[in-house]
Amino acid sequence: MSAPIDRDQVQHVGRLARLTLRDDEVPALTEQLVKILGFVAQLQEVSTDGIEPTAQVGVDRLPFRPDEPHACLPREVVLREAPETAGGGFVVPAFIQE
Amino acid sequence: MELLERSLVDVADAVRKGQVSALDLAEAAIARIERDDTGSHLDFDPARTRAMARAVDEKRARGQALGALAGVPLGLKDVLCTKDARTTCASKILDGYRPPYDATAVARLRAADAVFTGKLNMDEFAMGSSNENSAYGVVKNPWDPTRVPGGSSGGSAAAVAAGLALGTLGTDTGGSIRQPAALCGVVGVKPTYGRVSRYGLVAFASSLDQIGTFAADVRGAARLLEVIAGHDPRDSTSVARPIDEWVAACGTDVAGLRLGVPREYFEEGLDADVRASIGAAIESLRGLGCTIVPVEMPHTKYAVATYYVVATAECSSNLARFDGVRYATRVDSKDLESMYGETRDRGFGAEVKRRILLGTYVLSAGYYDAYYSKAQKVRTLIRRDFDRAFEQVDAIVGPTSPSVAWPLGAKVADPLQMYLADVYTLPASLAGLPGVSVPAQPGASGLPIGLQIVTPAWSEARMFSLAHAFEQVSPAKGLRPRRA
Repeated sequence: MSAPIDRDQVQHVGRLARLTLRDDEVPALTEQLVKILGFVAQLQEVSTDGIEPTAQVGVDRLPFRPDEPHACLPREVVLREAPETAGGGFVVPAFIQE
Repeated sequence: MELLERSLVDVADAVRKGQVSALDLAEAAIARIERDDTGSHLDFDPARTRAMARAVDEKRARGQALGALAGVPLGLKDVLCTKDARTTCASKILDGYRPPYDATAVARLRAADAVFTGKLNMDEFAMGSSNENSAYGVVKNPWDPTRVPGGSSGGSAAAVAAGLALGTLGTDTGGSIRQPAALCGVVGVKPTYGRVSRYGLVAFASSLDQIGTFAADVRGAARLLEVIAGHDPRDSTSVARPIDEWVAACGTDVAGLRLGVPREYFEEGLDADVRASIGAAIESLRGLGCTIVPVEMPHTKYAVATYYVVATAECSSNLARFDGVRYATRVDSKDLESMYGETRDRGFGAEVKRRILLGTYVLSAGYYDAYYSKAQKVRTLIRRDFDRAFEQVDAIVGPTSPSVAWPLGAKVADPLQMYLADVYTLPASLAGLPGVSVPAQPGASGLPIGLQIVTPAWSEARMFSLAHAFEQVSPAKGLRPRRA
């Protein structure tokens, strides 16, 4: 069986997960993920034909709440912990090229 | 008897009657924490603790009735939001973060007149089984400082074992309360999924996360759960069911209960010490009039693989919110994409990154069916194992952890070995069931071992009844680590 994941794929998954992996992190991460995915592959030996997936336990009994407006946190409190704010909002680096 | 050696329930009742002052209790806890060397506290502010204690004493002086946790010094796992203390999840990415509100469980403790000693160390974002994944240092096991306390609620377990608090809150996603409770020789309770509101709990794996309690004895853990349990409109998965009188369930007769012992929990990988201790525990339960019934849980061996797909998938989604925009830290970079990527790469530790990558991978196109969907189906089979067993028995009993606490560093290089340490706690997590770890006969080295008791959903009363009955006959009763 070929390895379930290689270094290029780890970098690719890192980009999907918005993790800029340093080159020196990738070899060890790849080795560990190969080992973990190899272990996880044992799930394939279980017959699950006709078995419903479980996404959540107990959700069938949950109550609805009234859809009513209520007070939320003051804006300055919500912004308080952000690394950078201005004009009542969060500031992020430019993401549209002029 | 020293104040912090007394039981949580007795202390709360003594404060309510005015026999013990909250401030004396707070001072006792502060003095212990100041000379503590377990590394269990991430945040400790004696002035805040004293102010809370004085407020309780003043309330009583005014003639007002005090709550169920009057004056009780409690610690909180640092994954629970607190409006007056930093909440870091033991991660650099949340360094210095001050939540604007309390988690519902925390607010309920305050309303019951508890006194907080501080925020407790943990594996980063509750991901780990040894507390070695904290960005702020390891926690040492109070029984042997060269060993791990277990995880992820390592600080919560160690703080109770070391007598730094009478109780603590932790969270259990795959065993993160029960396993450190076993390794530190204290009682740890994971309630039924949906029993306690998750509002203000920083999410790891939302279909599994549940807040629970630690104390030196079963009644203390029950009293804490009575306070934090119950429906909360701010968590739609918290269920509106009556809170039973769990402290009162402690002391009820267990004779005639049928206890299932899964063959699969005693196969290879179980240390001889633990096997002997749990065997003796089961015999003492038989001695209390319980009937011991061998049961089959054939999908137990797939629980680790199932969990590490389901939980990592959910964590990869939940941890997307830490992006350098709204909370705490940011690594400045030339554009938005690289700011996200740099902030997250520097802010998260190795295990968190590993799990985010694994979770992203199993959810990605081409792999979703083979991994994520498959694991969700096997999760159904694991649930059915319990459903079938509970047709025959009232509870499942077995070891909490396959080994006693291991030396610091022993499993750090091999994540898979670390994951396998969760084999006995994961099945109940995947099935959403309540479980407790109660100290049993220690190993030959004197290190703690825990008996796990799992009962059907919403039957915490039976769980507490059994746990308390076993506690009274356990050779571990009254054992405490030697203090420096």
